[in-house]
Amino acid sequence: MSEKILMKGNEALAEAAIRAGCIRFFGYPITPQTELAAYMAKRLPKIEGGVYLQAESEVSAINMVLGSAASGARAMTSSSSPGISLKAEGISYIAGSDLPCLIVNVQRAGPGLGGIQPSQADYWVSTRGVGHGGARLLVFAPNSVQEVIDLVFDAFELAEKYRIPAMILSDGLLGQMMEPVVFPDRAPVLLEKPWAANGHRDKRNKNIINSLYLQASELEEKVRQRELRYREIEEKHSKASEYMMDDAEYAVVSYGATSRVAGSAIDAAREKGIRVGLIRPVTLWPFPSKQIFEKSKNLKGILAVEMSSGQMVDDVRLAVNGNCPVNFFGRTGGIIPTPMEILSEIEKMSKGDIK
Amino acid sequence: MKTVFQKPRSLSDTPTHYCPGCTHGIVHRLVAEAIDELGIEGRTIGIAPVGCSVSAYNYFNNDMVQAPHGRAPAVATGIKRSVKDSVVFTYQGDGDLAAIGTAETVHAATRGENITVIFINNAIYGMTGGQMAPTTLEGQVTQTTPYGRDASIAGNPIRVSEMLATLDGPGYIERVAVDSPAHVRAAKKAIKKAFETQIKGKGFSLIEVISTCPTNWGLSPGDAMVWLRENMIPHYPLGVFVDWEKEENDG
Amino acid sequence: MAKGRVVIDERLCKGCSLCVINCPMGVLELDSSKLNEKGYNPATPVNADKCTGCAICALMCPDVAITVERGDN
Repeated sequence: MSEKILMKGNEALAEAAIRAGCIRFFGYPITPQTELAAYMAKRLPKIEGGVYLQAESEVSAINMVLGSAASGARAMTSSSSPGISLKAEGISYIAGSDLPCLIVNVQRAGPGLGGIQPSQADYWVSTRGVGHGGARLLVFAPNSVQEVIDLVFDAFELAEKYRIPAMILSDGLLGQMMEPVVFPDRAPVLLEKPWAANGHRDKRNKNIINSLYLQASELEEKVRQRELRYREIEEKHSKASEYMMDDAEYAVVSYGATSRVAGSAIDAAREKGIRVGLIRPVTLWPFPSKQIFEKSKNLKGILAVEMSSGQMVDDVRLAVNGNCPVNFFGRTGGIIPTPMEILSEIEKMSKGDIK
Repeated sequence: MKTVFQKPRSLSDTPTHYCPGCTHGIVHRLVAEAIDELGIEGRTIGIAPVGCSVSAYNYFNNDMVQAPHGRAPAVATGIKRSVKDSVVFTYQGDGDLAAIGTAETVHAATRGENITVIFINNAIYGMTGGQMAPTTLEGQVTQTTPYGRDASIAGNPIRVSEMLATLDGPGYIERVAVDSPAHVRAAKKAIKKAFETQIKGKGFSLIEVISTCPTNWGLSPGDAMVWLRENMIPHYPLGVFVDWEKEENDG
Repeated sequence: MAKGRVVIDERLCKGCSLCVINCPMGVLELDSSKLNEKGYNPATPVNADKCTGCAICALMCPDVAITVERGDN
């Protein structure tokens, strides 16, 4: 078991990716994820077969990932919100070509050029496939630097198993903060890829990696097959962690960095006698709908807290399906909510004061 | 009698969907001949663009990847940098390479990416019904320049080979045409040289192939070849713009 | 006997005439008396005895419909 080291979120993610067998990184600088690229730029040239390439744009970078993934390699890119918008086309093609890869989004405030401070305003876009056409991505939401590391391994394995792109939805806070971490003794599980376009070497039939199907019936069948995989993922791989939910009458639903703040607010609320707990989605797609639905049967109210004007709250409402009132509190612009603010909202909810 | 001309092995048996007289068919065959002669089919990965040749993945027997519009050089870079000893080529039209994909083209070239780009320049957007391309000539009538391309409104055509030749990354750039038997033979030689450039690791290679689009030019295949000769070649002169071998010998 | 022989796969021919136009010996014509599956008049060697097996027709054929044989008499 390795020793504990102090690491910054962005860098820990990069190191975890390398240990998970991903030695191909294609990226472009953008605040607040640039440390990830810089770390890769230092580490990868020293590794046999390692490829670090700063592309000419985020568009180009995602297409390099497409190529690398099409050839069967484990590849990744990382960016922040405006850069993720640029990657939308490439992500759609990757999903439509049934390719695995990892995209890291270290969210910053938006829309437009926005700000460089943390945000969770890319929830909709990320959980709805980023690109056009109705595809899905696995979306993971770590809330600690340690979890960032652990989820990277899961992301690659599941992405390859189901042939679907994966995203780690981080934010500026998680990317910049430093925490003690342990890198697991976890060997990367690398799957065989008989479908890859890496040269048939006269040993097999040719492989075509493609997302174009002009025959509508053929395309519908492709989509249907993909949807079957999505259903299986929803069935087996959604994850949410719970804190103080055993006797809870109220719940806060929050993910990523915001959930850390919410945790403090919950502790403060408990001291005031409010029986509130935290449900923290770890996978945003598949969203832990079943878990939230079951819990909501016994709750008097739920408060969704996000660094946005309210995006995940939509999925919470869908999951709760009317079992109890769902309230929302958020900050935008790059502002991180304080424990006091969240506590105040919890108190209002427990008094029935929120509409 | 012995057979002196037949279909190359790495060209598939699938009949193409291209229009009668479309020069894509000729160029596909030349690329396949080069792949056969160099014995590289097993380690070749080709990248199909968006355009009439989007389904090029059906016409070659090597592995193929379909790329988003303009992004083929980036996709090629991802593959080339991931698969040791691969030979990677892109096959792109004028919109793909010189409009939406300009950045990807220029940067793959300047990185000296060891890929081979086959650039089909027919001065028009074929697949979408004949709109102006970056290489459409001044005065040329297209669906989106119905009164003839007016440079003061729509800009001037781009000479891609000359433009890329100003960069340090390219190892071989040549402009050829496929309007006549002599030109077709020269085009074949150039394409083979481009692949050899890649195999020898001498940098980015690009062959700009002046081609026809009979359907959208509104001409018969034979007349289109004449139009190419009389109008395109004067504006896009044939010749070698970058040659690593010559540079090595001179230097 | 002609020095060369061309075999045209009529199913692949799209009647584009590039072979007809470029053949230096006038060997080929489009056969207006028949239509192939695709609805084109396929090219056909009407003056087969003039064929030298130069393969220019095959060089120019975009549909790789032509196979060329050549031999010494």
